[in-house]
Amino acid sequence: MSNAPVDNGRRRFLTIATSVVGGVGAAGAAVPFIASWNPSERAKSAGAPVEVDISKLEPGQLIRVEWRGKPVWVVSRTPKMLEQMKEHEGQLRDPQSQEPQQLESSTNDYRSLRPEIFLAVGICTHLGCSPGFFQGNFGEKVEGTDDGFYCPCHGSKFDMAGRVFKSVPAPLNLEIPPYTFLDETTILVGEEKGVA
Amino acid sequence: MMKKLIIGLFALSINVLPAMAAGPSVPLMEAGNDLTDQPSLQRGAKLFMNYCLGCHQMEYQRYERTFRDIGIPKEVGLEQLIFDGSKVGSHITNAITKDDAAKWFGAAPPDLTLIARVKSPDYIYTYLKSFYKDESRPFGVNNIVFPSVGMPHVLQELQGLPTPITEEVEEHGHTVTKVIRTETDGTGEMSVDEYDQAARDLTNFLEYVGEPSRLESEALGIKVIGFLIILFILAFMLKKEYWRDVH
Amino acid sequence: MFGKIIGWIDDRIPMTRVWNMHIAQYPAPKNFNFWYFFGSLAMLVLVNQILTGIWLTMNFVPSSEGAFASVEYIMRDVEYGWLLRYLHSTGASAFFIVVYMHMFRGMIYGSYQKPRELLWLFGMFIFLALMAEAFMGYLLPWGQMSFWGAQVIISLFGAIPVIGDDLTLWIRGDYVISGATLNRFFALHVIALPLVIVILVFLHIVALHEVGSNNPDGVEIKRKKGSVAEEDKPKFKFHEYYTDKKDIVDAIPFHPYYTVKDIVGVVGFLILFCWVVFFMPAMNGFFLEGPNFEAANPLKTPEHIFPVWYFTPFYAILRAIPDKLIGVAAMGASIVVLALLPWLDRGTVKSVRYRCGFHKWNIAGFVVTFVLLGWVGATPQTDMKTIISQICTVTYFMFFVLLFVYSKNEKTKPLPERLTK
Repeated sequence: MSNAPVDNGRRRFLTIATSVVGGVGAAGAAVPFIASWNPSERAKSAGAPVEVDISKLEPGQLIRVEWRGKPVWVVSRTPKMLEQMKEHEGQLRDPQSQEPQQLESSTNDYRSLRPEIFLAVGICTHLGCSPGFFQGNFGEKVEGTDDGFYCPCHGSKFDMAGRVFKSVPAPLNLEIPPYTFLDETTILVGEEKGVA
Repeated sequence: MMKKLIIGLFALSINVLPAMAAGPSVPLMEAGNDLTDQPSLQRGAKLFMNYCLGCHQMEYQRYERTFRDIGIPKEVGLEQLIFDGSKVGSHITNAITKDDAAKWFGAAPPDLTLIARVKSPDYIYTYLKSFYKDESRPFGVNNIVFPSVGMPHVLQELQGLPTPITEEVEEHGHTVTKVIRTETDGTGEMSVDEYDQAARDLTNFLEYVGEPSRLESEALGIKVIGFLIILFILAFMLKKEYWRDVH
Repeated sequence: MFGKIIGWIDDRIPMTRVWNMHIAQYPAPKNFNFWYFFGSLAMLVLVNQILTGIWLTMNFVPSSEGAFASVEYIMRDVEYGWLLRYLHSTGASAFFIVVYMHMFRGMIYGSYQKPRELLWLFGMFIFLALMAEAFMGYLLPWGQMSFWGAQVIISLFGAIPVIGDDLTLWIRGDYVISGATLNRFFALHVIALPLVIVILVFLHIVALHEVGSNNPDGVEIKRKKGSVAEEDKPKFKFHEYYTDKKDIVDAIPFHPYYTVKDIVGVVGFLILFCWVVFFMPAMNGFFLEGPNFEAANPLKTPEHIFPVWYFTPFYAILRAIPDKLIGVAAMGASIVVLALLPWLDRGTVKSVRYRCGFHKWNIAGFVVTFVLLGWVGATPQTDMKTIISQICTVTYFMFFVLLFVYSKNEKTKPLPERLTK
């Protein structure tokens, strides 16, 4: 209808510019909706680090603590357990802990800060069951190894460093939570302090 | 003409807004607090934890968030501001049961999380400064903005016990004696100015807790509105461009 | 490829046809002004309310023990929870602002007149559903105003003779407002009424597109077939659905012309809306009232109880009348009479631009009345204000009575042949 010729270039530019800026606005408007699904302050507070007193932990004993609603095992490993861990490395899927199932500080032969104290999230990496602790009778599952963890759901097996054996359904070693020794007998589970 | 009329009426109704805030008949003092003044908020938090938390809770507000927002390191807060061994992520509560409190004070001390929104910062500031000596009351004090207050003057060691100054006023055709202001008796640890600042700090802290998202909201609001203005300009140019077709 | 997909869909549902009929080739009068923004704005606010509402229900606890604390949980513990809540609470007030403006537009340009009576009625039903929606939503935060406001409004039903008391008991599901009331209001607020509103909005638009939009001149753009000379017809393509039956003048396609224009309105509105949301969400106690930051206490009534501002004009009519039953009846009548506008106005000229001078004054008086009623209903009652509210109640209804009388033989200005700018 216009007598003046329509400037199509300008029209296209303005359409695209408005669409792009409007699209950015729509994406920005989505942020609060998406972010509100993150754990709330209440969830974070409930999932705050947990202190564990290990002064009464006997060698060979396992205690369970709850952290973020998950079982965390604290095991005092005996020298025999530590010795046997070296012997079956050939049967493990990831003996050197190359998969990032633990923090840098626990990426070692023992998968722990101190060789004798072992912590792990007691959830099977297959489908989320909690494996049982077979103390002294793990030999029936894996020959030559007296102690280990066995998942009742699908038969996954882990050694005393939470490392998964080959030819079981679980793909990864057990997860090691971040933790800190506050003093000789107190562990803070859920936070790694003083480690770069 | 109609448009102007509507806008005029709208402006008129906006002017009526302050009349809405139902308040006490006593004129309030201006609190003059500043939510961006973190040292003031920190002093206010300390006053609250020391003098108020014994009876009044903030049952919807958490320590950790409070410390983070007003710039107190977690370790310092845990050590100096949490007295009952609560975890840093827990709500700011005390151990008094509502029944006990009602027994001691006649009514349960109200939760103070939202007091600055129920009342106003100016009200809180005025309230804190309006206690005066009144032997006829159970706790020996009364309050100008809250007559027959059921609470002791917990900041007495700081302010002292102010003496009331009365005046004869006409009210509904009668002459009544009313307390219009107070005067310091000099027994407090703080000077008048220091106490005013303490009341301001506490008010500031209570206003912050009433709406902890206030500053975040305004910071974000500026960006959002700035963005919308750019979008408005573009949209306006786009509209003008298309409407050149229309005659 | 893209065209193929469209073709595949079009063979199965009438996507392109509906797009053309109702958007790209829908003839809209070319002279829409400021007042015509509010329809699309109401739609925007509706979407905002539904989205933020869904997100709020994710953390809200609909119980008398948990409701108040869960709102504070949203405000403090949920990431951006405060923003979602303020968008929703401010949206409620914004909804009424745009809806009142939209209704006022209909009044001044006679958009309720024949053939748009049903369109107006659907609109009135939306307004009613919206009031119910807002009222029930206001109970949910379970603050003092929520509780006592609901107490007052529900007890209005007690004024109904014979069944009144049983009815209020039934609505509450308890002897006082309680968790039972909260739960049923929650169910209605989050699903039943939104569903009703969305369906009504759909019908409102269907009705609008069937009769076509009115405009500030109140002169129809659809003319008798064959009555418009070829050179007077717009050079735009309109859907055959409209051009087969009628000749069309002074129209432009809704898209792109009104889509780009409505975007300007939407962004302009958002600037004001966000300013309130981010800087003054309580609006001096107008949008969020002070006493509502205190948890509901059935033993202690707040000093002053008011409904939220958008109900206050009707609430003032209720308070103006000393008799409870007549008061309730008058309040109901004040809404019913609005719905009857298409039949109370017997004029044939639609727009205020071409109607008699008295009509202008009558409308202006109605606006003043409405605002005064709103103010009186929102402030503590005094003797003076009772008198004002009584006068305004009379003038409110007088608007309709006068309109009925003078519209019969009104002296109007000549209508333009074509739309003016």
